[in-house]
Amino acid sequence: MESLSFPPPIRRLRVEDPEPATEALPAIQNGNGNGQASQGSGFTAARRSIKAPQFSIRRMEIDDVSVHYGPKEAVKRVSLPVRQGEVLSLIGPSGCGKTTLLRSLNRLTELTTSARPSGRILLDDVDITQIEPTLLRRRVTMVFQQPNPFPMSVFDNIAYVLREQGSRRARKKTLEPAVHSALDRAGLFEEVKDNLDHPALKLSGGQQQRLCIARALAAEPEVLLLDEPCSALDPKSTQVIEDLIVKLRDDVAVVIVTHNLQQAYRIADHVAFMYLGDLVEYNSATALFGSPREQRTREYVSGAFG
Amino acid sequence: MQDPPLTVPPVPPPDQHDPPGAHQRKGAVEGSATWSLSDRIGLAICWALGLLFCAIAVAIVVYLLVQGIKFLRPEMLWTPAAAGFDETETGGFSDALFGTMIVAAMGIAIALPTGIAIAVWLVEYGRPTALARITESTIEAIAGIPSIVLALFGTVIFSSTALGFLSRSSEGVVFGRSFFAAAAMLSLVALPLIVASVREGLNSIPRHVREASYAVGKTKAATTRRILLPTCRPQVATGAMLGLGRIIGDTAIIVVLLGATQNFAPVEGAAFPFNYLRGAGTTLTNFVYEASPTGNLNQPQKAYAAAFVLLLMVLALNAAVDVVHRRARKVGTWSH
Repeated sequence: MESLSFPPPIRRLRVEDPEPATEALPAIQNGNGNGQASQGSGFTAARRSIKAPQFSIRRMEIDDVSVHYGPKEAVKRVSLPVRQGEVLSLIGPSGCGKTTLLRSLNRLTELTTSARPSGRILLDDVDITQIEPTLLRRRVTMVFQQPNPFPMSVFDNIAYVLREQGSRRARKKTLEPAVHSALDRAGLFEEVKDNLDHPALKLSGGQQQRLCIARALAAEPEVLLLDEPCSALDPKSTQVIEDLIVKLRDDVAVVIVTHNLQQAYRIADHVAFMYLGDLVEYNSATALFGSPREQRTREYVSGAFG
Repeated sequence: MQDPPLTVPPVPPPDQHDPPGAHQRKGAVEGSATWSLSDRIGLAICWALGLLFCAIAVAIVVYLLVQGIKFLRPEMLWTPAAAGFDETETGGFSDALFGTMIVAAMGIAIALPTGIAIAVWLVEYGRPTALARITESTIEAIAGIPSIVLALFGTVIFSSTALGFLSRSSEGVVFGRSFFAAAAMLSLVALPLIVASVREGLNSIPRHVREASYAVGKTKAATTRRILLPTCRPQVATGAMLGLGRIIGDTAIIVVLLGATQNFAPVEGAAFPFNYLRGAGTTLTNFVYEASPTGNLNQPQKAYAAAFVLLLMVLALNAAVDVVHRRARKVGTWSH
């Protein structure tokens, strides 16, 4: 200790061989001239590999919905359709109201006391305010940004959803097929089938998030809401979950909020761009990214602000 | 929205201020060698105080251990105290030991469910807000009241004719001192600690975990019952342990509200458990006080023996909480 002089030396990060800035966004650079590069949006590469939806059925209808938090209007008179067979992606900068809109689809906004929703949201032509909240939330389930399995075993996480409210009834044996099927639909069963008794919070982040999707699917929902489900995950887990989301769109209507424009481009069939509570543009993904109608959208998808 | 590509600015060559060999320093942990003098003095003080308190704690435990082993005879644990002229005749402290157990069990049986319920209401419901604030300050007030004041208040309540069935009464005069009375007041001593601990546990659960449960159609009650309270198990255990520690360590309420006899004084004519619970009694703390040189019994050797038993009970509680915490760690927690 005595041998060191003062002031102590600053500890520097030494990078022997600095890597070149990697091709983080190859999709943007290699615009291979399918006519839209001139639009300047940047989303021109053929990264998008999902097939066009085979069908689409209108399940939910967002009709002139506003949400106020006290004096602040977080969502301003938004109208949108939500269809089964398709993935709908809500994009926009932070604080633009996309998460609030998503949460009002299963009346989670009501848990925030200051939130005042107005307008109508229909699920299969029934106003969701007419549906008992717990019933609605089983038909419209949600996956959150942070993986949040419950602190119990993998099996119990799913079984909790299948059981009646706080009850412990319905024994393990009788629930087994339903639990397995939910895990299977979330693409997790093969990985955890031998460890169903292990604590869920000891799974990897990507597995935890797929468990949360499995949990949301176990309720046999009609609409699945995803609030930035991949933002806490590494690229590999993200890809697994994206594939899963695309696979799910035929069975449930999928609405995903994402911060990640590439992600929206990769998996969404329709995209809604929100800005400061307004719905600026709603269009198919190819159209919105390829040839945005609005100036704001063009700036946003080309990275001018965010 | 795309993050800018991550680049590392080129690092200038090490300048001449770098002492030779500085970059060869080993170990991943930052050494205090690079700190300023005042920081290093602060660190040294922290270390010194920490070691000092460890030494004090170890000294107390070791001293009581030695004294306890020297003076504790197993038969003391099952021999009640008796009148006598020397230590061979005065018996042990079995009544005090059982008294401590009874008071602890009764006190925690009242305080734990009440405390959990209050904490859950404060954190999960807490509406109307004014009522929640009043509840909070009430709990804080109870935590601040010295137990002797609670004891005095207890004598007023439990001497009332309406509560005569909880203690001994003769010719319309209610004695007002019994295990019921002492346990009721002792539960108030434990309550704030339990509420605080459970609240802390509930508050540490991220909001999105609750919402994940609501979002699959669960009610608040079901979420609390099946998700929140099981998650808080370590904090519930901690609260119960702290509360128990306070209950078995309290002397003032025992002296004032339990009658502080040296033996059980069951009420004649009452059915079995109630004859004891309605009667007066004693606990280990009271026995230690009475057996210490200032007390009426003045037999310090037995005071050491009883204090040693008291210490063992507290250490056992600590160990139990440790087990609960360790088990909870195996389940893991959420990343924030």
